[in-house]
Amino acid sequence: MCGIAGIIYKNGNGAHRIGRDLTSMLQSMKHRGPDSTGYALYHAPSHELTVRIKLADSTAPRDLEFADDVRRRRRETEDRLRAAGATVKSTEEANEYTYSATIDYHGDLKQLADYVESVPHAEVLSLGHSLEIIKDLGDARGVSTAYQLDDYFGSHGIGHVRMATESDVDIANAHPYWAYPFSDVAVVHNGQLTNYHQWRRRLESRGHRFASMCDSEIIAVYLADRMANGDALEDAMHHSLEDLDGVFTYMCVSEDSLGMAKDELAAKPLVLYEGDDMVALASEEMAIRAVIDKEIETYDPYESTVMVWTR
Amino acid sequence: MTTGQQHEEPLFDARGLVELNAHVPRVSEIDGEQASFDARDLTTRQINLELRWLLYEQGVKEVTVSNPAARHSLGAGLLTRCKINFEGSLGYFALGMIDGPEVHIAGRVGWSSCENMMSGVVVIESNAGSLTGAAIRGGDLVVKGQVGARSGIDQKGGTIIALGDAGSMTGFMMQRGRQILCGNVGPGLGDSMYDGVLYVAGKVKSLGIDCVEGEWTDADTELIERKFRIYDLGSPPEFQKFVCGKKLYNYDSLEPSERKLVL
Repeated sequence: MCGIAGIIYKNGNGAHRIGRDLTSMLQSMKHRGPDSTGYALYHAPSHELTVRIKLADSTAPRDLEFADDVRRRRRETEDRLRAAGATVKSTEEANEYTYSATIDYHGDLKQLADYVESVPHAEVLSLGHSLEIIKDLGDARGVSTAYQLDDYFGSHGIGHVRMATESDVDIANAHPYWAYPFSDVAVVHNGQLTNYHQWRRRLESRGHRFASMCDSEIIAVYLADRMANGDALEDAMHHSLEDLDGVFTYMCVSEDSLGMAKDELAAKPLVLYEGDDMVALASEEMAIRAVIDKEIETYDPYESTVMVWTR
Repeated sequence: MTTGQQHEEPLFDARGLVELNAHVPRVSEIDGEQASFDARDLTTRQINLELRWLLYEQGVKEVTVSNPAARHSLGAGLLTRCKINFEGSLGYFALGMIDGPEVHIAGRVGWSSCENMMSGVVVIESNAGSLTGAAIRGGDLVVKGQVGARSGIDQKGGTIIALGDAGSMTGFMMQRGRQILCGNVGPGLGDSMYDGVLYVAGKVKSLGIDCVEGEWTDADTELIERKFRIYDLGSPPEFQKFVCGKKLYNYDSLEPSERKLVL
């Protein structure tokens, strides 16, 4: 089933409490997916990059070596950031197995991310001038509390509550997916893709990396591949309607915009509210009403629709 | 009705998803056969229990519900003649399986509204999601905005009227009944329909399998004019009529049991 939600403020000065907004939206859709919750949040862009790195999955056994392993991986990933040419300005521990680092780096992002991920069990969750992906097991309230998202200010963001149907319940298989290695692009998806293996083989042969066995990851990597070949995000989304098979509604965010795409069967829901100063989308109107406490005019976009809003 | 017997024991609820058995909140202001209540602080179950309590136990015939806040499954399974006014939008599965009520919704509805409606009238002032009127068997469903995909899927009777556009696969597998669609319709209109009639005033993006244009009769004109008159929808536009081509399946007017007898 899964639930997706997105919110973008048109005067996107980065001063909106998008962490709290998305938590309210996702928590009201908990019944759509209680397994894991994820956020892709956009703070005001800075010239430095924020990289979020996961050092172990939340489901990893807490044996005697766990703490040492995580500590060692953290040291190694930080070393590799530096060795790849990045200046680490600051680091912040999100919890025992995730941390974020603010870095100064002007080289190739794929090279950097690949090098960090060559540390066993390390995964780059997100990389960007404003993007931060936060995902973990449990409902929105739990994840928001654990990662202190109530005080997260930004201009736009998307979120996802997951009911796992085709892959494991862990952080690696949780949404949103970063469009590795494109800075500031992330995807959440509700649905199933039936030509997953075909696309995975195709994209792997072109050198793309997959961090999970979740079909939704294809969308992020597919868009990344399209953009690597010169497509704009919106064009890539239009092409995805032709190339991806199955039932899906997905949302994609970049540094300054938020878009949605719906398959040709309109098999998965999405309710859209366009206000004067903001646009909110969610699998259910109830989620939008969780942040707008009044009667509103909403509608469901039709089949094969791609829409993009800019902050 | 079990509103009198309250179950206090907590259910097993490891994931915190179950709405525990609730008391009838009894918050309505009742004035003879009319009542109204504010649903803002009530749960879905409490709203439905309150409706049942009013309609079945208090002899109320008309209820006004304010602040429904797009919650799901409101008004489902009401089996009595009554009037209900929702002063706002409803979520998914609104008014499913109803038999008798006359309902007015000031906002919109989500997916699968009025699924399996047996009889009654539902008027929705704004838009409706996909699967509107799924498998309805009777009654009138009037949507003044646009409807999503697959409205009237598996429709077995009744009338669905949409003043706005309709999405893809409208009337998918419908078996009886009518849809009066005043706007444009998406691809696959009437796909795999068995019977019934689809009237379309706007453009049809494409016809579904075995859906063909039908012959207009005076009865069609009469029906459309009557429905527009009843719901005060102005003068009807010009419609095209679409029916089942009956080429897709082997049709047999005999029931399986009768066929056994004959053969």
